[in-house]
Amino acid sequence: MEGQSVEELLAKAERDEAEKLQRITVHKELELEFDLGNLLASDRNPPTGLRCAGPTLEAELRGLARDNTQLLINQLWQLPTERVEEALVARLPEPTTRLPREKPVPRPRPLTRWQQFARLKGIRPKKKTNLVWDEVSGQWRRRWGYQRARDDTKEWLIEVPGNADPLEDQFAKRVQAKKERVAKNELNRLRNLARAHKMQLPSAAGMHPTGHQSKEELGRAMQVAKVSTASVGRFQERLPKEKAPRGTGKKRKFQPLFGDFAAEKKSQLELLRVMNSKKPQLDVTRATNKQMREEDQEEAAKRRKMSQKGKRKGGRQGPGGKRKGGPPRQGGKRKGGLGGKMSSGPPGLGGKRKGGQHQGGKRRK
Amino acid sequence: MLIKGGNANATVTQVLKDVYALKKPYGVLYKKKNITRPFEDQTSLEFFSKKSDCSLFMFGSHNKKRPNNLVIGRMYDYHVLDMVELGIEKFVSLKDIKNSKCPEGTKPMLIFAGDDFDVTEDYRRLKSLLIDFFRGPTVSNIRLAGLEYVLHFTALNGKIHFRSYKLLLKKSGCRTPRIELEEMGPSLDLVLRRTHLASDDLYKLSMKMPKALKPKKKKNISHDTFGTTYGRIHMQKQDLSKLQTRKMKGLKKRPAERKTVEKEENKSKRIKKN
Repeated sequence: MEGQSVEELLAKAERDEAEKLQRITVHKELELEFDLGNLLASDRNPPTGLRCAGPTLEAELRGLARDNTQLLINQLWQLPTERVEEALVARLPEPTTRLPREKPVPRPRPLTRWQQFARLKGIRPKKKTNLVWDEVSGQWRRRWGYQRARDDTKEWLIEVPGNADPLEDQFAKRVQAKKERVAKNELNRLRNLARAHKMQLPSAAGMHPTGHQSKEELGRAMQVAKVSTASVGRFQERLPKEKAPRGTGKKRKFQPLFGDFAAEKKSQLELLRVMNSKKPQLDVTRATNKQMREEDQEEAAKRRKMSQKGKRKGGRQGPGGKRKGGPPRQGGKRKGGLGGKMSSGPPGLGGKRKGGQHQGGKRRK
Repeated sequence: MLIKGGNANATVTQVLKDVYALKKPYGVLYKKKNITRPFEDQTSLEFFSKKSDCSLFMFGSHNKKRPNNLVIGRMYDYHVLDMVELGIEKFVSLKDIKNSKCPEGTKPMLIFAGDDFDVTEDYRRLKSLLIDFFRGPTVSNIRLAGLEYVLHFTALNGKIHFRSYKLLLKKSGCRTPRIELEEMGPSLDLVLRRTHLASDDLYKLSMKMPKALKPKKKKNISHDTFGTTYGRIHMQKQDLSKLQTRKMKGLKKRPAERKTVEKEENKSKRIKKN
């Protein structure tokens, strides 16, 4: 008996629940697709009921709309809510429908001067700790900013250095130096920004819209204007004290076909001598400079690649590429564009190279 | 941007005014008539969009060949991306339906019904265009009581029925309210006429997302064909000496036993010293 009444109660409770939910449930053959970020619902069911409806189209449409809206509202009410200033607010997810952009994706900015230099040299940012131990106050303080660890400006005693004027105000000097540093930093930042903007909109003719240009820019603009004539600037008038522009004239100069026979004989014999000699000719300083610069760049590129890939692959071998170490070779001038292997280098370098950093890729003059 | 053509009639003008009312703070309605034909010459539209910095536009006109014409379009980088020409068959304006309206600037809910919207490419682009046009600004939170109106698009028999209803939240037994709708706003019956859709590569270019906005892939999670989600956990090496096993009370060392063990240890230590 009791069991039955319990069962009855449970059944009744279930029926009540179903009734309550009945008011908000809607039956559809195909589920709707929701994009709650956009408050959007798409109903894929074919509107069969509406096709036959004639005069009652409006009512049918309204019924369909009511059902669809009910489903959308059900979904929205299930989102996580919070109370903001006595109103119930639901947090919407990101919209999932992909819509085309209004404006194109912004172009990547050009590197600043420091970034270019750091790339070339292979300097990477050192990881710094957030807090630094401050002896004076005996606590951990931030590295810079409000209440920083070693604050220059808060010192009450500054020693006058030996070579300084005894009547000079050292505190004022410090403040002045800081102001200058800040101004210099600001100037560099603005210059970097201007360079970035200039790259974004490559302007024509080198003219500045507001008319404030530096002497070099004006000079460049003037040069360009001079050269853009039919005779490429040859007959342009010059101001009384203006110097002739450099860089005019032929770009390459060839020897006359026949002229100085002795000089020609000499140069031909020299060429034959170099070609026949067993030892290669090398300009020491040029070679070493080029070498050093290339090494720096390779290192930097490799380290950058390692830091990107090394995190994923973890613990690969360090760059095992060959180093062009060893003392620079002796010899006179080097002729021709001989790239690639030297015939008489130290044995370790010749032959097959591991690691792919091939020096012969670059041509050398 | 809502623009009137050279020969816009009363219906078309009223439609533009109603849509402007729906999109109030984010739209601009041009009062003067502009004698242009969007499908032939797009330069004037592009000029307007550059000046007003709007990328969505609606152009209304009327002539004998195309009565009650409405062109909806969007731009990418101030050049026309997509344009769809719709004919207005039936129109009931905001002021013809006499009941209370909702405040300006509310974000509407959009519902698209009918399988036509996914079948043809034209309809798909039209759906995306309508979503773009009528959704409001993207917000992260929304006040649940502030969901006031819903725009309902039905594709039926080659026509698109556009209705807007005001939402009435009624009590139901549980937390989610029951919805009742009341027709509020403009209702249009539209017919698809000409389209000028962007070429595939231009469309792809416009959909390009910068890397920062791309959804980040969660690592170490995979799904199989049945819908089961698998996760990978990388464990550190376990120190087996510190492993805690089940304690058997019977094997516990009794005090007497512990004493003998200690004695033996001391003995062994003494031996070692010697």
